[in-house]
Amino acid sequence: MNTIEAIQEEIIEEFSMFEDWMQRYEYMIDLGKLLPIIAPEYKTDVNIIKGCQSKVWVHAELHEDQISFTADSDAIITKGIIAILIRVFSNQHPKDIMESSTDFIDKIGLKEHLSPTRANGLVSMIKQIKMYAVAFQTQLN
Amino acid sequence: MFDVKHIRKDFPILSREVNGNPLVYFDNAATSQTPQQVIDVIVDYYSRYNANIHRGVHRLSQEATEAYENARAIIQKHFNIAHPYEVIFTSGTTESINLIASGYSPSLKKGDELIISAMEHHSNIVPWQMLCEKTGAVLKVIPMTEQGTLEMNVYEDLLSERTQLVFVNHVSNALGTVNPIQEIIDKAHGFGAKVLLDGAQASPHIKADLQALDVDYYVTSAHKLCGPTGVGMLYGKSVLLNELPPYQGGGEMIATVTFEKTTYADLPHKFEAGTPNIAGGIAFGAALDYMNAIGFEKIATYEAELLAYATNTLTKIEGLKIYGEAPQKTAVISFNVGRIHPYDIGSILDQMGIAVRTGHHCAQPIMDFYKIPGTIRASFSFYNTFEEIDLLEVGIRKAVKMLQ
Repeated sequence: MNTIEAIQEEIIEEFSMFEDWMQRYEYMIDLGKLLPIIAPEYKTDVNIIKGCQSKVWVHAELHEDQISFTADSDAIITKGIIAILIRVFSNQHPKDIMESSTDFIDKIGLKEHLSPTRANGLVSMIKQIKMYAVAFQTQLN
Repeated sequence: MFDVKHIRKDFPILSREVNGNPLVYFDNAATSQTPQQVIDVIVDYYSRYNANIHRGVHRLSQEATEAYENARAIIQKHFNIAHPYEVIFTSGTTESINLIASGYSPSLKKGDELIISAMEHHSNIVPWQMLCEKTGAVLKVIPMTEQGTLEMNVYEDLLSERTQLVFVNHVSNALGTVNPIQEIIDKAHGFGAKVLLDGAQASPHIKADLQALDVDYYVTSAHKLCGPTGVGMLYGKSVLLNELPPYQGGGEMIATVTFEKTTYADLPHKFEAGTPNIAGGIAFGAALDYMNAIGFEKIATYEAELLAYATNTLTKIEGLKIYGEAPQKTAVISFNVGRIHPYDIGSILDQMGIAVRTGHHCAQPIMDFYKIPGTIRASFSFYNTFEEIDLLEVGIRKAVKMLQ
């Protein structure tokens, strides 16, 4: 199993190959298409993370001692970023998720999307991922 | 002569770069940029005569008071207001509206009616909803058409002896529609109702003659008019403002204070509690001077050309739909392309240094009306160019290609 840090390093390396923002964005849009889409029954108002502009839905399940995430968004670029986050945090132990950092977003040149001023629901999404981790960790204890 | 190249030199921010590209600033309906002349006034205030106004006997205080009151006089003259004391400095449009809403709170009773339009900014909806909850008054809404104009026949039906106040924006921030305000005011007065005109979007483009309009209240913000943020104005007819209770208590707004009873100062001080945004007020006046030196008629003519050019250019893009196609519009284009989320296009335009607004523009009822999550809004000012509109077109095409 890949650790969160290893996956983050892998993503940083992938993004370092791009020469300009266009390639970066195109890659992100492609990643969005690979997003493990949330099942329709979970795409409810309860699971919606309200940002100012794009909507984000996220659902988490605990399988043995690992959390798996599914999600969706109505904006493509947002979907791409969620796909990156899910690649990092899905199938990981709650404790590892709780203790992880999200600095890699900065390193792949997408910092502006995670700025709290961007109001696209992603900051809340990371918070939500960590909240799930805390909740499931309590269950495991 | 109107020379945009020359005008652009007044705005230092227009020469900066964003993401390695020259800035193309099309978010003017949110905040306009500030010319050096206005920036200099702010710097000059803090460099030479920063002092509290109205109370000091010393020289600096007198100079500051004089400059601040001079700004009030500039605003008075600009909007053709009868008396300088009918101009109240506030922190902006939102505070101006809240001041009036709070002032009507004691006198409104259950069953009284307030009328707003379907195309208001949240700041001209929420304070009135709060007022209705508190007083039992009822909020009625003038509906809008698909084209983005108000249904004036319904407005007439909504008016009655129960109507106390009507609030409309002169121009819609999300659509650019110029509303038929004279008709709205005259019809409201026919029923004895008062009218508050939200001039935040119109004031940068249309010079309103408030006495000719016979409007009861008018509000706007300096930052829409090449002035600084955090300062704005409220105009009210003095007979009405005198009747309203003070908004906030504090220094400056009193005549005498004892622990038993305080008597309030006369207008405008009654509504200007505490130390105001002095530099902001002075700069507001300077901004109006700056725009008047160029001339509002010239500005309007040039912006109409920009709007026509942009409408023509952008509608060539396949799948692009413009929201708000009223015959009378200011230089605002609200649009979507196909089913692409506005946030996606906005993010990509930002990478190219093009600043547009995306989202619901604090006018969610309009987005609900069109059943869309939001729009991309490009709003133009007199310092924008035709070449910049071409860059926007290229940018949108590039974004659409990436996103489809």
